[in-house]
Amino acid sequence: MAAGTIPYGAIPERHRVAARRRAAEGAAVGLLALATLVGIALLLAILGYVVAQGAPAIDLAFFTQRPKPFGESGGGIQPAIAGTLLLAAVSGLVAIPVGIAAAVFVVEYRSGRFAEPVRFAAELISGLPSIVIGVFVWAFLVHSVVGRFAALAGAIALAVIMVPIVARTVEEVLRLVPGSLREAAFALGAPKWKVIMTVVLPTARAGVVTASILALARSAGETAPLLLTALGNEFFSLDLLRAIDALPLRIYRYAIAPYDDWHVKAWGASLVLVVVIGLVGLLLRIATRERLR
Amino acid sequence: MLSVREAAREDEAAAVAPSDDMRPAAALRTEGLSAFYRGVPAIADVDLTFVRAAVTAIIGPSGCGKSTLLRCIDRMHETTPGAHATGRVYIGDVDVYAPHADPVEVRSMVGMVFQKPNPFPMMSVYDNVAAGPRLRGWKMRRPDLDDLVERNLRRAALWDEVKDKLRRSGAALSGGQQQRLCIARALATDPAVLLMDEPCSALDPIATYRIEQLIREIASDVTVVIVTHNMQQASRVSDRTAFMLAGEDGIGRLAEVGETSTLFTTPADERTEAYITGRFG
Repeated sequence: MAAGTIPYGAIPERHRVAARRRAAEGAAVGLLALATLVGIALLLAILGYVVAQGAPAIDLAFFTQRPKPFGESGGGIQPAIAGTLLLAAVSGLVAIPVGIAAAVFVVEYRSGRFAEPVRFAAELISGLPSIVIGVFVWAFLVHSVVGRFAALAGAIALAVIMVPIVARTVEEVLRLVPGSLREAAFALGAPKWKVIMTVVLPTARAGVVTASILALARSAGETAPLLLTALGNEFFSLDLLRAIDALPLRIYRYAIAPYDDWHVKAWGASLVLVVVIGLVGLLLRIATRERLR
Repeated sequence: MLSVREAAREDEAAAVAPSDDMRPAAALRTEGLSAFYRGVPAIADVDLTFVRAAVTAIIGPSGCGKSTLLRCIDRMHETTPGAHATGRVYIGDVDVYAPHADPVEVRSMVGMVFQKPNPFPMMSVYDNVAAGPRLRGWKMRRPDLDDLVERNLRRAALWDEVKDKLRRSGAALSGGQQQRLCIARALATDPAVLLMDEPCSALDPIATYRIEQLIREIASDVTVVIVTHNMQQASRVSDRTAFMLAGEDGIGRLAEVGETSTLFTTPADERTEAYITGRFG
C-alpha cells in the first residue's frame, strides 16, 4: 500500500478484531437468551398443562366436599386441602424457627466448636432421600410411640425435610448482612443476642422469608414421607393424632387409579396444590413486607 | 479553606465561660496498651492521655495501628476473631480492661463512628437515632424518646434536613447525611467519649467540611478521638495530635503527641517532621 505514517494495514485488522468480538458477544447473548427462554417455556408449559388438565375438575364442590367412592360423580378434595394447610402450618412452626436458629448459630457463633458440625449435619440431612426420612419417622414415631398413622408424624417428617433447607438458605442470607452493621450495633453497647434479634435478622428479613417460603413449597409437594406417616384420609380431619389427607397423597391416589374421572381429579388437585403454594408464599410476603420508605 | 477550628474556638469562647467543672482533665488514658491479631502484635506499649472535651487526632501512615488503637479503647478490637489486647485503658477512672469489666458496659460509655457510614438500613432515620437507647433496653416514654431523637439530630446538624423524613429509611439519605446520622446515633446515648475512625474518608469535600465543623461543636462537651490519614484534617479539627508509626518490626508505636499547633510546626521527633512534610507515608 501507499507509504505514509499511518499503517493502513492495521485498520482492516482492527475491524476484523472488532467484528470478531461483536460476533462472540452476539453468540453469548444469544445463548443466554435461549437458556432463559427454555427455562420460562418449561415453566409455562408445566403451569399451562396443569391448568388445562386440571380446570375441568374445578368447581365449588371440589373445595367443599370430601372424596366420593368410585362410581359416584362429584365429590371434592376438601380434606386434602385442609390437611396440607395443617401439615404446612405445624411443620413450618417447628422447622422454620429451628432452621433459623441453626443458621444463626452457624454464622454468628462460627468460632464455637459446634458451628461446623451443625452445618455438616444440615448438609447431610438435606441429602437424605425423603422416603428415608418417612421410614425413619414411621419406625420411631408411628410404629412405637403414637401407635398409628398421625398428622403429627407427617408434620414432623416434613419438618425434618424443611430444617436443612431453611438453615442453609438463611445461612447464606446472614452472611450477606454487612459486618459493619453488627459492628455499629456492638459499638452502641448492645449484647450479642440483641444485635442478632434487632439488627442482623431484621436486615436479612426478606431472605429469611424467602427461605421459609422455599421450604414450605418444597415440603407441601412431598408425597413419599407422608405415605408412611400421615397415610391419607377420605374424611375431613384436623386431629393431629389421626391419619390426615394431603394434596400430594390425594394426587397420588387419584393418579394411580385406573379411572378417567379420577385422573381429571388428580389434575385438579395438582392445580390446587400449585395455587395453594403460590398463595401461601404471597401471603407470607405481604405479611412481612418492608414497611419503610 | 476557612479554619473550622478557629471559628469553632471563637464561638466556644463566646458561648462557654471558663469551666468550673471539677472533672479531671484526662478523660481517657492508655497505659502500656498492646494489641495483637492471632498472637502477632500490631501495636505495642502505647501510653497516651486524651484531654477531656478536646479533639485528639491520631495520624500516621497506613498500617501503623491507628484504627487498632482506637478500637482497643472501647474493646471493639476483640470482636475481630483472634484479636486481643493487653495493658490498661481508663475512661475517667474506669479500667476498661479490668478482669470484671464487661465489654458491653464499656461500649455503652463510648460512641463510635466508622469509616463508611453504616446506618441500619431496615430502620428509619428516627429508629437509627433511637437504636442505642433501645438496644440498651432503656425504658423511655414516647415523648422523651422524640425529644432525644430531635436533640441528637440537632447536635449532628441533621435535623433541618431530615425532620420531614424521619420515617424514611436511614439508607435513603446521602452519604454525608448518613454519616451525620451515624454521629447522631452515637451521641444519642450521651457518651463521654466519641471515637471516630476516618469518618470522612468516604465523603466529598463539602460533606467533610460539615462533619469537621460538627466535630468542633461536639467537642465542647465530649472527648473526641479521631483517626485520620488526612493531615490537613488533623490540623483543622484537633486540639492535640498523636503521631503513630510502625517500626521495622511492623509494630505500631506512639512516636509523638502534643498540641496540634506545636506538632505541626515544631515537631520534636524528626520522623514526625518527615511524615508531616510528606517525605514518607
